[in-house]
Amino acid sequence: MDKILVGLKRVVDYNVRVRVRSDGSGVNTDGVKMSINPFDEIALEEALRIKERGEAKEVIVVSIGTPDAQQQLRTGLAMGADRAILVESDTAVDPLTGARVFRALIEREDPGLVLLGKQAIDDDNNQTGQMLAAIWNRPQATFASKIEMTGDTARVTREVDVGLEVIEVDLPAVVTTDLRLNEPRYVKLPDIMKAKKKQLDQLSINDLGVEIATPIKSVGFEPPAERQKGVIVEDVAGLVSALKDRGLL
Amino acid sequence: MTKILVIAEHAADTVNPSTAKSISCAADIEDAEIHVAVFSDNGESVARQVAALGSVSRVLRIDNAANETLLAAVVAPQVVAIADGYTHIFGPSTTFGKDLMPRVAGLLGVNQVSDIMAVLGSHTFKRPIYAGNAVVTVEASAERTVVATVRTASYKAVSDGGNAEIDAISVEADLPTHTRFIELLAGSSDRPDLQTAAKVVSGGRALASSENFEIIYKLADALGAGVGASRAAVDAGYVPNEMQVGQTGKIIAPDLYIAIGISGAIQHLTGIKDAGTIVAINKDPDAPIFEVADIGLVGDLFSIVPEFQAAVGG
Ligand SMILES: Cc1cc2nc3c(=O)[nH]c(=O)nc-3n(C[C@H](O)[C@H](O)[C@H](O)COP(=O)(O)OP(=O)(O)OC[C@H]3O[C@@H](n4cnc5c(N)ncnc54)[C@H](O)[C@@H]3O)c2cc1C
Repeated sequence: MDKILVGLKRVVDYNVRVRVRSDGSGVNTDGVKMSINPFDEIALEEALRIKERGEAKEVIVVSIGTPDAQQQLRTGLAMGADRAILVESDTAVDPLTGARVFRALIEREDPGLVLLGKQAIDDDNNQTGQMLAAIWNRPQATFASKIEMTGDTARVTREVDVGLEVIEVDLPAVVTTDLRLNEPRYVKLPDIMKAKKKQLDQLSINDLGVEIATPIKSVGFEPPAERQKGVIVEDVAGLVSALKDRGLL
Repeated sequence: MTKILVIAEHAADTVNPSTAKSISCAADIEDAEIHVAVFSDNGESVARQVAALGSVSRVLRIDNAANETLLAAVVAPQVVAIADGYTHIFGPSTTFGKDLMPRVAGLLGVNQVSDIMAVLGSHTFKRPIYAGNAVVTVEASAERTVVATVRTASYKAVSDGGNAEIDAISVEADLPTHTRFIELLAGSSDRPDLQTAAKVVSGGRALASSENFEIIYKLADALGAGVGASRAAVDAGYVPNEMQVGQTGKIIAPDLYIAIGISGAIQHLTGIKDAGTIVAINKDPDAPIFEVADIGLVGDLFSIVPEFQAAVGG
């Protein structure tokens, strides 16, 4: 396999507790820390490990978004990706348009594997990888916790509700990552310097001839229903009687 | 006219409770005619179970040897082949539905509504984003098929008492062979299923080993509860992945949830927001879990849990 394509989405860092704006027009993301979507970081780490085992030659990181996403692509290059592509868009793209962008890039790059996070922790959609596999008419292996390359196929262990499912897919294929696939490496300072010299191409969605899909429109935002803080009991006897009072014991 | 196709989830011969919950969500849409599709190698028994669920008017039974293991790449083209005439196609937001439904949406050329938690109208829904830190109201286009997954923790199973007709149909679709099932490594447990249990006891990183986790199992058995865990406990290998509760694990809504040695990270809390009563046992009085707990007990779990178990008669 020559190339692996990896998606890196720029999202609000997972440690930030986002809040809904008081007028309900959206969530407040002004000035908050932005990072690579954690699942995408895992996807990149896996791609790098596959390359380091000699099972791929080049790892290309792709982000769709505003020019700010260059930061996340540079981090990806510092982690070890060979080159980066930024597909510029002023607004967040919907999952189907995102899948179409990847489909168009596949036409140009001809990768043997596309690795994406199973979901982005902002819109929590969990759609893009499956949609890409659908419109590409290729296999999908979602929620991967283990990937073994075996020449023309990959054997993927998937985290499913009842346990672990193992499937085999012909390549090329789309694999989406779960949290336990690996632990991403830390970026070292010299690598950040080196990453500045690596190739980062910028394209527009138009350049790729991608048709924008009809989005699911967001028409209002609200904070989730809050739970009330309850009582603190002193000991096990207190706990048992509180549960009995509620009819739970 | 609103016509909804719900994709049934099942394991071998038993329908999964997620199906009755997805139907319940579909039934919240006014004047909807609800059909359920059962894909299987032999769906006779599952189709009968589904036909007995309320609100269902027709069950489509699609038997095919290729449907033995329900791979998304194999099922999706069959869903698309029968999609004509339906305004909505729903599946559960379980790993089965999350894998399958976006592939269906991709083939139909539409975006998907993920994790419906409330129906406001035939094309207007509420769903959680940012690990449940915000709820967004979304509107899908009325011109296109609505493909959606249902956040099952937001719905009660539709009641029995249905008597739908069952139609065995055959479907013309090119089924790929590029994806092959190898094996399922499923944990076996006699305990109540985590996703549907009325009571759940969960342990976190504080348990510190799989041996220590035994005290969680013992307490759960004394209470007749299912067992869950935080991501930290799963990552550390104390318990298998299917026990993870939270944003990236299972979203559950038991009547009673007992969190033991779990700090209460936002990603964990996302999974238990709909629980009836939350109990927290933690030695740190400032642990965030106490912000959401209905009953809190501060102290060392290694002395509290055995005492609690004895008190409930285990
Ligand atoms: C993208 C993403 C997705 C995630 N998804 C999930 C998810 O689905 N589910 C999930 O759970 N997490 C998830 N996490 C991880 C989450 O952020 C936390 O790291 C995790 O929930 C912490 O687990 P914990 O509470 O067991 O461990 P800790 O945070 O380490 O808490 C341990 C607690 O045990 C208490 N304790 C220690 N010793 C004792 C004792 N002897 N007696 C009593 N109490 C004691 C401590 O006071 C502490 O509060 C996710 C993270 C990310 C980035």
